[in-house]
Amino acid sequence: MVKDQEFLKSKASYCLDLAKKMGATDASVTVGHSISETVNFRNKSLEASDRSDGLALSIDTYLGKSRSSISSSNLQDENIKTLIEKCFETTKITPEDEFNSLPDKNLLAKQIGSLNLYDETRFENDKKIKYLKDLEESASTDNQIINTESSFTENKSNFILANSDGFCDGYKTSSFTTSCVTVAKDENSMERDYEFSSKRHLSDIKQAIDLGNKAAKQTIRKLSPKKIGSDKISIIFDKRISKGMLSAFASAISASAIARGTSFLKDKIDQQVFANSINVIDKPDIIKGMGSQNFDSEGVNSNTLQLIENGILKNYLVDTYNGKKLNLKSNGRSGGTTNLYFEKGNISYEDLIKKNSRSLYITETIGHGSNLVTGDYSVGATGFLVEDGEFKYPVNEITIAGNFKDMFKNITLANDLEFEYSVNSPTMMIEGMTVAGK
Amino acid sequence: MSNFFNKSDLTRQDADKLVSETLNNCDDGELYLEESKSESILLDDNKIKSSNYSSDLGFGFRAISNEVVAYSYSNEISKDSLKNSSENLKSTLKSIKGIYNHEIPKSNKKFYKDINPIEQKTLDSKLEVLNKVNDFLRKKDGSVKQVTASFAGEQKSIEIIRSGGEALTDVRPLIRFNVSVMLEKNGRKETGVYGIGGRQSYDDYLKNDNWKNVCEEAFRIASVNLESKPAPAGEMKVVLGPGWPAILIHEAIGHGLEGDFNRKKTSAFHDLMGEKVANEGVTIVDDGTIDNRRGSLTIDDEGTPTERTVLIENGILKNFMQDRHNARLMNTRSTGSGRRENYRHIVLPRMRNTMMLSGNQTQDEMIKSVDKGIFAVSFGGGQVDITSGKFVFNCTEAYEINNGKIGSPIKGATLIGDGPSILKEVSMVGNDMMLDPGIGTCGKAGQGVPVGVAQPSILIDKMTVGGTKL
Repeated sequence: MVKDQEFLKSKASYCLDLAKKMGATDASVTVGHSISETVNFRNKSLEASDRSDGLALSIDTYLGKSRSSISSSNLQDENIKTLIEKCFETTKITPEDEFNSLPDKNLLAKQIGSLNLYDETRFENDKKIKYLKDLEESASTDNQIINTESSFTENKSNFILANSDGFCDGYKTSSFTTSCVTVAKDENSMERDYEFSSKRHLSDIKQAIDLGNKAAKQTIRKLSPKKIGSDKISIIFDKRISKGMLSAFASAISASAIARGTSFLKDKIDQQVFANSINVIDKPDIIKGMGSQNFDSEGVNSNTLQLIENGILKNYLVDTYNGKKLNLKSNGRSGGTTNLYFEKGNISYEDLIKKNSRSLYITETIGHGSNLVTGDYSVGATGFLVEDGEFKYPVNEITIAGNFKDMFKNITLANDLEFEYSVNSPTMMIEGMTVAGK
Repeated sequence: MSNFFNKSDLTRQDADKLVSETLNNCDDGELYLEESKSESILLDDNKIKSSNYSSDLGFGFRAISNEVVAYSYSNEISKDSLKNSSENLKSTLKSIKGIYNHEIPKSNKKFYKDINPIEQKTLDSKLEVLNKVNDFLRKKDGSVKQVTASFAGEQKSIEIIRSGGEALTDVRPLIRFNVSVMLEKNGRKETGVYGIGGRQSYDDYLKNDNWKNVCEEAFRIASVNLESKPAPAGEMKVVLGPGWPAILIHEAIGHGLEGDFNRKKTSAFHDLMGEKVANEGVTIVDDGTIDNRRGSLTIDDEGTPTERTVLIENGILKNFMQDRHNARLMNTRSTGSGRRENYRHIVLPRMRNTMMLSGNQTQDEMIKSVDKGIFAVSFGGGQVDITSGKFVFNCTEAYEINNGKIGSPIKGATLIGDGPSILKEVSMVGNDMMLDPGIGTCGKAGQGVPVGVAQPSILIDKMTVGGTKL
């Protein structure tokens, strides 16, 4: 069983009291406990089981405007004492930073409603095994599939965040995650693809058979890929890739990147950064949402934020420290976005695919080719050549490149948005990018 | 050396007994105990932005029978906790029986000193170096708009207890010093990053004001990039500089030669053992035994002494990298490549220091031989799809080559290639093999471990450069 609120609260207040006693002017502490159980399958039989049970503690101590932090997994009182002493000694010799402080008291979350983020259902390993058997059975029906690997993880977590201004709250969360990776082979090639499902509640997890089928189908269609010639061509990003554009955008508007001047979106508030039709929203209070939260990692209340409105940048993602630097109030985004999404567009998936006589449909990218200082983007890609709305053949060993500043302004979104993950996007088309191939 | 039993109700004898009893009917497994102390100090935006100290303690208990691995970890070292884990392992493996393999090779060699780098240098003196870095760079040039510098240090003590009571221990120091600088000129911004590190004390790296060299290098890379033009797009010849660009070897070849992917036949290399996979001049080794290197290990995380494993010799595929589990299932021996990020993770076969050895040509000859291509000197990260063999890496410093001469710098671009065929495109191997500066971390299955790479300059006849200029 995951430790209860009382246990975590008692550890948190022990830490705060001790820090105060030693002379810290302020302190904040997070105590968490998490239990995970994973079962792995390979080629329709059990491959591994993994159980993890972990406590974690992190403390920030302040002496005026000096701050330092410690973290540990050892929650014995004696060890905590040694660590807090060390932390406070370090704080004393750490130079002051005028922007260091606990969050403003009036911004702290007060009333905390239930977002239904915890499902206490136990899904015993035997049941996980049954689920994975069904999944791999359905993933292996085609004889081109030569390897299947799948896993099911059940996680239960609890935490308390407390600070010396009297904030003390936390809540339990759960997640159930299952994934399937399949390898297919034909005379020309060997390819891999995947499918997964991750939910707060067990009953929302995709059916094993559907997941297995989908993984296999997505893998088989990649067989015997071709390399295409270098070209400027319109690119359609599958949903699982288009959401990555949102993640890059979110990193570029974090108050930390803005305050340091290392973002291509610095000083762009109230300016057009996306096409007119684009709206981007970050909504923390979606019931059962994978990214939902009652408050951010500093205890600050977080409300829904419209980040992009009709293409115009409206908000950064602000935490306390960088907010003070930028003269902005924290908007509860210490720790980043919550449930981030593009509002759906007004063209159907089918029409988007047909929009150009020739386009490239991307299902996977590899590499870390996003430069958030300059906006330059260049990654390896895998996908399909689409002609007149039809998938012609799989394509690989190519790269796609552009600059976010131009790419964002040339986005067209389909109307197929679904809320599956913590970052969600409809299928996306971007015009004007360069493909490098043969 | 940590004593894992002095603050617990669990005695050494209890642990030995429980380990033997749990693993009695298994093929392999061990109790892995780990204590780590780590520190990170970050200067950013003219200030000490954070100083963090962390201590971590825990165990991972593993039992293996046939192809099934059962694993359980906890950060509470106690009788109850270990018993719970034991029950958990037994329940997974209840219907599978094995015969425990007691054999484990021994060695007295050590590849780093038993030190705690964090304690060897006072916090004050570390803060002083970071502040000097900041002042030095900001005074150096008016275009310097942002400086980030950091120290990270760690000491990790491990003990491996095997069935029958055999115990193996190791103490591993690791440090890293990193500088990132952003320049702004005529409205353009570019960054340059450089770092050094390994399994030594901070002072071994910072003597003779060596931090200045790190600053100069980060500044030089950023300055070059301020002048960069859009990179070309398409297939062309690529000359790679020596040292860190060997992450190409790591991504393109290294991962595909890890035992697990080959046992599962999901690697593009699984049926190529003994075959010619590279041009004659190409020899690649994975070496865990180089003194004080970031990827070196005295013993791996299963207790096997590390070694210098020849992967490809004169173009012929010779060995895969193995941990005990995959080695047993493939009827071979462990190469001392069983690694894990920490006690929370299972062991996987991983790289250590992956190196392409020197040939006898010069970088000059390579450049001169290229009509149109690029010269890539430094890289960010890379990634590979093991199954299709396709891999990428990102240039952070590169130039165009025209008619045998190095031309303008080009913007960061991704290079993409095919692992099994890329070594056949290596047509010249330089005489200038160099180790990387000690900054690599390899990610696999969600686990990051420190690694090293090395290579001489090489000429690749055909690779796709992912620029924007057609």
